[in-house]
Amino acid sequence: MTTTDTSVQEHPTPTPPANGTTLRSRSLPRWAPLAFAAVSIALGVGIGSAAGWESRIQWGLVSAILFVAISYAATTAVENERQAKDRLATSLVWVCFLLAIVPLASLIWTTVGRGAEVLDGYFLTHSMAGVLGTEPGGGVYHALIGTLEQVGIATVISAPIGLLTAVYLVEYGKGGLARAVTFFVDVMTGIPSIVAGLFILSIMLMAGLQPSGLMGSLALTILMIPVVVRSTEEMLKLVPNELREASLALGIPKWRTILKVVIPTAIGGITTGVMLAIARIAGETAPIMLLVFGAQLINPNPFEGAQSSLPFYIWEQYRIGSEASYDRAWAAALVLIVFVMLLNLVARGIARWKAPKTGR
Amino acid sequence: MKLQRKNRLRATALGALAVSGALVLTACGSDDNTSGDTGGTGGETSAASNIKCDGAKGQLLASGSSAQKNAMDLWIKNYMAACPGVEINYKSSSSGEGIIAFNQGTVGFAGSDSALKPEEVAESKKICKTGQGINLPMVGGPIAVGFHLEGVDSLTLDASTLAKIFDNKIKKWNDPAIAKLNDGAKLPDKAIQAFHRSEDSGTTQNLGKYLAAAAPEDWKYEAEKKWPAPGGQAASGSSGVAAQVKQVDGAIGYFELSYASSQSISTVDIATGGATPVKATSENASKAIGAAKIKGTGKDLALDLDYTTKAEGAYPLVLVTYEVACDSGNKSDTLATVKSFLTYTASDEGQKVLADAGYAPIPAEINAKVRETVAGLS
Amino acid sequence: MASITPIDTPPASPAPPKPAKSTGRAGDKIFLGLSQGSGILLLLLMASIAVFLSYRAALAVSKDEGNFFTTFDWNPAGDPPVFGIAVLLFGTVVSSIIAMVIAVPIAVGIALFISHYAPRRLAAPLAYVVDLLAAVPSIIYGIWGALFLVPYLEGLNLWLDQFLGWTYIFEKTEVGVARSLFTVGILLAIMILPIVTSVSREVFLQVPKMNEEAALALGATRWEVIRLSVLPFGRSGVISASMLGLGRALGETMAVATVLSPSFLISMHVLNPGGGTFAQNIAAKFDEANQLGRDALIASGLVLFVLTLLVNGAARLIIARRKEYSGANA
Repeated sequence: MTTTDTSVQEHPTPTPPANGTTLRSRSLPRWAPLAFAAVSIALGVGIGSAAGWESRIQWGLVSAILFVAISYAATTAVENERQAKDRLATSLVWVCFLLAIVPLASLIWTTVGRGAEVLDGYFLTHSMAGVLGTEPGGGVYHALIGTLEQVGIATVISAPIGLLTAVYLVEYGKGGLARAVTFFVDVMTGIPSIVAGLFILSIMLMAGLQPSGLMGSLALTILMIPVVVRSTEEMLKLVPNELREASLALGIPKWRTILKVVIPTAIGGITTGVMLAIARIAGETAPIMLLVFGAQLINPNPFEGAQSSLPFYIWEQYRIGSEASYDRAWAAALVLIVFVMLLNLVARGIARWKAPKTGR
Repeated sequence: MKLQRKNRLRATALGALAVSGALVLTACGSDDNTSGDTGGTGGETSAASNIKCDGAKGQLLASGSSAQKNAMDLWIKNYMAACPGVEINYKSSSSGEGIIAFNQGTVGFAGSDSALKPEEVAESKKICKTGQGINLPMVGGPIAVGFHLEGVDSLTLDASTLAKIFDNKIKKWNDPAIAKLNDGAKLPDKAIQAFHRSEDSGTTQNLGKYLAAAAPEDWKYEAEKKWPAPGGQAASGSSGVAAQVKQVDGAIGYFELSYASSQSISTVDIATGGATPVKATSENASKAIGAAKIKGTGKDLALDLDYTTKAEGAYPLVLVTYEVACDSGNKSDTLATVKSFLTYTASDEGQKVLADAGYAPIPAEINAKVRETVAGLS
Repeated sequence: MASITPIDTPPASPAPPKPAKSTGRAGDKIFLGLSQGSGILLLLLMASIAVFLSYRAALAVSKDEGNFFTTFDWNPAGDPPVFGIAVLLFGTVVSSIIAMVIAVPIAVGIALFISHYAPRRLAAPLAYVVDLLAAVPSIIYGIWGALFLVPYLEGLNLWLDQFLGWTYIFEKTEVGVARSLFTVGILLAIMILPIVTSVSREVFLQVPKMNEEAALALGATRWEVIRLSVLPFGRSGVISASMLGLGRALGETMAVATVLSPSFLISMHVLNPGGGTFAQNIAAKFDEANQLGRDALIASGLVLFVLTLLVNGAARLIIARRKEYSGANA
């Protein structure tokens, strides 16, 4: 009786006839969940420190379990069984959310905290030439160049192929071939990156090619194409048919319609898709590890000679295993995260800015 | 229509920005780390006067054993400081990869923990048109058995107990077999966590050879690069094992001495059957390597180590790593650099760097032959 | 700029009609050829991946003195060469299952949180944050897992051993740090959370509003609405989301390679250090592998390829089937 139909109700009043006098059933106050949370966290910390558990993970788990239990018990006592179940679900969902946020926040926190220790202008503009793995100093510049070049080449190859394939699927594709391409593009998105690396490696073994930045790019291309196809396809589908029809009705050939009308309309979304794809492949380690050899020096030529890359550098520094190299690994991780996140933010910015173009 | 123009302009602008950004970036980086004050661990650039760069130029790729990585890093650092314009890129991966890369002609020389096998020598003849791959013993070193045990700073073990520990036969630190070798030490009732290398490694192989030679009763596995025993925990690379030993209380693991000294990990003294247990030091290792015999023929200088030596102060658990190059028929563009660099590493100055970094110099008698051979590389 | 209308667009192509007609046909053919060509190129690429990997794998397996599927060892450098994928298959499947068991319920919880529980103003940014997290490179999860998570899990492992040791699975029979398949599973769970969450969320948001409102009108609590109308509608979506996540978990390399302490033993005690996965084994053994060793690794990669192909293909088929049904709800 107190609820209106459109808003999502905080406490939809249950209908079972409450025993006797009032139609309103008893309910917990709105601040109850907060109180439960506070109590269970306090209890968790109390129990944890009393029992002397070192790991905060245990404290957290105890608190979470207590929170769910207290919520359920209190609601059962004060309200009724159905409300209690609802409360149980709500608190479980909250706990799930926190369970996911905590490790992710910790990851970002650790990376930023540890990474900022060494990250400075010197680190960004110097290579590891002549620096011992176990001693501090050196930088990430050679790896940065490697990543930019390898990712750049991969983009130059895969963006046109991906774009054309998407155009084919949306504008021309009917029948068996298109269905096959769609299916395999989907399946290709799931290829483990190390398998892409092994594929290029097997070609290298057979053709007698030497490791270079280009080989890494080729593996990245395999990973990037399906992502570009997928996102471009979605964007092209959003272009209203009226635009195409209007253009065709004016006697414009189909290819010009696609080039001049369809693609320009969707260009924002396509750019976003490509940038997200770049962000995805920039962090790939496994194929790079097999293909670019790795280097301590600056090698601006991706077509010949050993190169490094940011993810490879992180792996390399992690493996050295000294404090100084861990510091460098974290700093490089921070550089990589910032790079990837920037790409993401810009891409999503473009997507948002271009979004209301569906003509609806 | 305006919008589309703009879009295209924007896309072009974005592309141009990316390209020019990359170009700008390419211009501003530097390989020069000498200005930065890097506190060296014995890596002082010793005036660089005696390094002869004759004819060395361009980039030299090399790859191989991670066991000699720390030595190689120091050498390259010193060498590049003395010979500007030369770039040496040593990728420390593993002996196996080094030899593969060498036999494919990717690298100018390879670092290897074990001498070339006959089939690898045969394969190398394809690359060394007029000659074959030879082994030049360049870096010696003790394999330290590092341990981490709260309250215990020094520990003595013999080959038999080591074998049993790594084979999971001895599971507690206060096992009578360990206590017998360590009179008076307070050994806790703690589980032993033995770490080994997760990937194939020449270090593993050398440990296996030593255990098989010195404790044949307790170590029945064949000495392979792969860790043979079941159980135990694994970590990647000597550095990975050292990092685990450093972190975990109750751990024991094996790695080159340089990892132990750079991470300040305590190492086990080995009771060889001589008068007193031998510490893992580069001096003691040199003594053991001195007992080795050259088994290579012709210019090949592969060594045969004596793991069962009971000589006073000789640390038997040693590793000799080689540089692999062609005796003749080296690639013309890298020959001068290889020759000049190896001449430096085999020189007194180069060998002296080793001791500072926790390795062991190659004994003079063998080293003389190495120098002679290096001088004759073509 | 947003004021552009479709009507403005056609004049944008400045091509005069006449020449366009003559070049149009040829242009159309070229363009069709190009776009169809790149589609075919993709198919060829997939085919050649399969062919090349199979070829190298066949080279390796023919020299294998053990049984490629049942041998508990990986020693292609040995004499005779012996290697088999039994342990890798086991480790890959077990760690992925652990990841799924942990990640799927939590991901569904988060998806529900974003779609139905979170305050409206928070929902969009939260969805956005979850998407961003999918972009964190796996090597960073790897070093975080090895340097941060592993030490923190000691206590939890102790508990599991203490309270759940009777299940056999959680019995810890060997000493050692938490570099086990279980830890790998936890890390993989964290890594696949974002993708499972975002696909599930999409599905939950598609639930017809009418159904939910009908349930609400009947006096259902929020949980009852979810149980009665959201979950049944979203079930197949969640299944396919999980399988996409599974595909990722199966092929993850760096995070496993940094965290796991590998061994060639099969043990159901998931807390013991040991085990291995396909991708981890490739990353760990690649450096030291000789020619045959590399081919052997390629052979194991082929098995992984087929495995992920099956899982992803199944997921896509489920999604495709679901699309046909949901057409009715549009």
